[in-house]
Amino acid sequence: MGLYVDVARRRSVLIVRLSGELDHHTATQVRQRLENELSKEIDTNLVLNLEDLTFMDSSGLGVVLGRYRQISQLGGQMAVCSVQPSIHRLFEMSGLFKVFSFYENEEQAIQACGVAS
Amino acid sequence: MSEVHKNFMELSFASRSENESFARVAVASFISQLDPTMEELTDIKTVVSEAVTNAVIHGYEEKTDGVITIRTYMEGHKVSIEIVDQGLGIDNVDEARQPLYTSKPELERSGMGFTIMENFMDEVTVESQAGQGTKIQLVKHLKTHQQTIQH
Repeated sequence: MGLYVDVARRRSVLIVRLSGELDHHTATQVRQRLENELSKEIDTNLVLNLEDLTFMDSSGLGVVLGRYRQISQLGGQMAVCSVQPSIHRLFEMSGLFKVFSFYENEEQAIQACGVAS
Repeated sequence: MSEVHKNFMELSFASRSENESFARVAVASFISQLDPTMEELTDIKTVVSEAVTNAVIHGYEEKTDGVITIRTYMEGHKVSIEIVDQGLGIDNVDEARQPLYTSKPELERSGMGFTIMENFMDEVTVESQAGQGTKIQLVKHLKTHQQTIQH
C-alpha cells in the first residue's frame, strides 16, 4: 500500500504517474512533491497518469484540483489520463470532468498539452 | 429456510492519518464474507475512508491522541457501519453535508466527503454535538448472495 510518485519530463510537460492509494495521508506527499517540481518553473503543463492508482477518495480530488489551480496560474494546461472506472465515478460526481481534460492514454494527454512538435 | 446471517465487529484506533487505509481495509475484509461485488467493496472502502478522514481532520484537527471507533453490523445482505469520534463535533450538520462545502479550504479539501457517502450508500445518518463528538451511520444493502452464507 502507500503511494508512489514517478516524475518524468517531456519538453514543457511534467508527467506525473501515481501508483497505489491516494487518500488524506498520502495526499500531503503528492502535494509537496508536485509543488516542489512545479516551483522549478521548467514546465508549463502537467499530465497526471492515474493508470496504476488503485484507490482514491475525496482527499485525492482535493489535491488534483489544487494542482489544476496551480498550473492554471502558471498559464499552463493540465490533462488527466488512464483513469480507472471506480475513480472515474468520483470525478464525475464532483463535476471535475467538466473542469479539466481526460484522455485514454498518456500519449494523447501529452499531445493535448500542445507539444506535438 | 435458514435464519438470517448476523455478524458484528468493533475496532478502535488512534486518530492518525496512516490509520485511514487500515480502517478501510479492515472493514472491507470483514464485509468480504458476504461475497460483495468489487464495486460494492470499493464503495465501502471509499466511504469508510471519507468518514475516518473527517474524524482525523475535523473531529480531532489532526491531533493524534484521539480515538476513532468503527462498528460494523451485518444482517442478511444489509451492512451498517458506525464511525464514532469524541472530537469537536459539527456545528451545522446540514451545511457540512452540502456538496463542495469545506470548513478548511486552506487544506485543499474538495468538500465532497459527505456527497460521496450519500452517493455510495443507501442511508447516511449524522449525529453530532459540539464538543462531544460525531457519529456517522452508513447503511448499504448488498445486491448479491443474500442468503448463501453457510453457518
